[in-house]
Amino acid sequence: MTESTVLTMRGIDKSFLGVRVLRSVDLDVRPGEVHALVGENGAGKSTLMKILAGVHTADAGTITLGGRAVSFTHPLQAQHAGVATVFQEFNLLPDLSVAENIFLGREPRRRGMIDRRAMTKRTADLLSDLGVDDLAPGAKVGSLSVAHQQIAEIAKAMSQGADLVCMDEPTAALADAEVELLYRLVERLRERGVAVLYVSHRLREIFDLCDRITVLKDGELVDSVAAADITPDDLVTLMVGRRIEAAFPEPLPDTDHGDVRLEISGGGNAWLDGIDLTVRAGEIVGLAGLQGSGRTEIAEAVFGIAPFTRGTVAVDGRPVKLTGPRKAIAAGIAMVTEDRKAHGLALRQSVRANARMVLDANRRAHSRARVERIPSILSSLDLVARGPDQEVRYLSGGNQQKVVVAKWLATEPGVIVLDEPTRGIDVGAKHRLYTAIRALAAEGLAVLLIASELIEVIGLADRIAVLHDGRIAGELPAGATEKQVMAYATGRSPR
Amino acid sequence: MSVRRLDTTALIYLALLGVVAVGGIAVAADGGNLFSPANLGDMFTRTSLTGFLAIGMTLVILCRSLDLSVGYTAALSSLVAATTMDGQVANIPLGIAAVLLVSGLVGAANGAIVAYLGVNPFITTLGVGLIIKGYLDTQYRGPAGDVPRDFQRFGYDGIAHIPVSTLVMLAVAAAGIWFLRSTRTGHHMYAVGGNIDVARMSGIRTDRTLMTAHILCGMCAGLAGLLLASRFGTGSAEVYTNLYELDAIAAVVLGGTLLLGGRGGVAGTVAGVAILAVLDTVFNVLQVDPFAKDVLRGAIIIAAVAIYARRQIDRSARRPRFTAADAAPTPGRPA
Repeated sequence: MTESTVLTMRGIDKSFLGVRVLRSVDLDVRPGEVHALVGENGAGKSTLMKILAGVHTADAGTITLGGRAVSFTHPLQAQHAGVATVFQEFNLLPDLSVAENIFLGREPRRRGMIDRRAMTKRTADLLSDLGVDDLAPGAKVGSLSVAHQQIAEIAKAMSQGADLVCMDEPTAALADAEVELLYRLVERLRERGVAVLYVSHRLREIFDLCDRITVLKDGELVDSVAAADITPDDLVTLMVGRRIEAAFPEPLPDTDHGDVRLEISGGGNAWLDGIDLTVRAGEIVGLAGLQGSGRTEIAEAVFGIAPFTRGTVAVDGRPVKLTGPRKAIAAGIAMVTEDRKAHGLALRQSVRANARMVLDANRRAHSRARVERIPSILSSLDLVARGPDQEVRYLSGGNQQKVVVAKWLATEPGVIVLDEPTRGIDVGAKHRLYTAIRALAAEGLAVLLIASELIEVIGLADRIAVLHDGRIAGELPAGATEKQVMAYATGRSPR
Repeated sequence: MSVRRLDTTALIYLALLGVVAVGGIAVAADGGNLFSPANLGDMFTRTSLTGFLAIGMTLVILCRSLDLSVGYTAALSSLVAATTMDGQVANIPLGIAAVLLVSGLVGAANGAIVAYLGVNPFITTLGVGLIIKGYLDTQYRGPAGDVPRDFQRFGYDGIAHIPVSTLVMLAVAAAGIWFLRSTRTGHHMYAVGGNIDVARMSGIRTDRTLMTAHILCGMCAGLAGLLLASRFGTGSAEVYTNLYELDAIAAVVLGGTLLLGGRGGVAGTVAGVAILAVLDTVFNVLQVDPFAKDVLRGAIIIAAVAIYARRQIDRSARRPRFTAADAAPTPGRPA
């Protein structure tokens, strides 16, 4: 070994239920470096990270941390060895305070009892050390924004005195403005000589933040390169194994949009006010805005989860009262929710059962023809599954999302709401999803698209409504710049 | 709006005050006095038995577990106490130790099955309860053992109208509050009940935490058994027919502890126990017929929990941005 490393992994193998997930993977991380781990969904990134965190144990291979060979069978051992992991699903307890969460399992004690004063003090020190000045140690985590919860999570990792911090898609739930905060934190870690292993699907972040990039594909190591020595295009090529030509599919010409399919006038409830929005057949309307600006609330209002209490909604010219999801489904509205595991799928049920779920639950939507069409919908979305009887929990994130989309397409909706459809999905699958969304619009659906990644809204939408504080701050045509969108989103008017 | 700022425990004590006030007025309207020494004594006496059981139950419910065996454990404990003491004053410490050992072992069995075998706590403790019931039914066809008069004072004596048993119960409650707040194991119960995966990933030994909660719950049932023995002067298997475990669960839930775990505490539970005791005394004084009494009790428990559920929905929901129909944005409130 010519250079010092914090972490060396050699020949890591791992199988689940006979399926090889990792095949002889090597990884070297140097002190103070931000190291990106990239690859398509199912490439093995998360598994590798979980082996490092002690959640899974490798079947074969060696792990060397700071020169010592280690083998973890419990997350605690990894923590003690100096590996801290920030998982995609938050590892925080909403009913406890920030300080209690950070010191959970390691509460400072005085004469055998928990020393709450020391806990608060050390949390405040830790936060100010990380340059965070707007987070109170005593605040209940459940009352914090997603970004602040993330900060608490990272602070928790830092408080463990880690030499290596692993982050699994830390920005997946953050809006663009909040990502800045995370950047600052990562910079702090780098300054202190802490190595960061960073899993992300967002290429821009990887090139902004990372020093080196390791690419995995199908459980095998493809390459490990310095970020300065590779272009984003080449990186994508390494990840997917082939070059993706254009990031976003061509939109239809403006004149090809049909009649208005969804029309909201003066819509409002506790979180929204004065929402005027129309979506025509063939049109993709993007909803942009910062976290908490009301994007998701519009989706929930349209689908009747948190209905509008003011204003009117019409679908295909007919006024509808969207007082619940059943009403929305009856009106021909479909909704792909942000959290597909919690709200989109019955994870322990089969692909077939999930894809039929909406039809089976709504007699008016049910017909033999529609049920029989499901297999062809699934195959048109290029679903990769062992068969219709496979439980969806065994599918990759991208394939799970395809099942969700299929269950809604089965109802032949007129309006489809997509809330963060590409969340946690890798680049290649994202591109296929973009094409699929465009194809849905081309078939005459009205598409309402919510995405926190601005580039996605800009690249895909024919029109962008930007939300700020529960109101539509402005509408922008296709081809708007990020700057224009951000101006509206942050409450300034664009130049 | 100002009500929402009150924490749950304060709210429950307000509810207790309300129940006392309404009860007092109702009794007064009937020509009685709810606060007469006799009625006060009755109220306090009612709190101690349910209190012991409910304090232990709070711990397991906080861990998102449950213990349906406490009524049987208490019955078993009363027999262990009475037969070990066997009328001898000198055997009192031995009897108490034996009860705590046996009841702790029952708790440990519950905890081990739940934590290490991963059996659902409802089924586990129902099963363990049935095992104890079967043993009691076959081994004891009536009262057994003899409790020395000195120990019976635990059940009957009082200091300034407050029964000793109630004072002991309050002391145990204070210990419970301290335990949950100031010891790591107690504090970790909130984490185990809040999200067991998060707890595990934070390095908490979740199985040991669950075991501890169940052992302490069993021992609390043991204390209840000691109280039963001292009141009856003998050990009795029959007492399990009173379904004390359901009262205890009701008190815990009335006290604001989330049945799904992770939120609540012993202070609330004590108020829950007191609310039930006040209601029972009021019903007793007013001579409400037993059927109507159970109906009222059930309705009150459901209503209380429905109110908490609303509060919890409100709490976790996003703060509204637009309130009135005119929907002027509320100035000054942080979004």
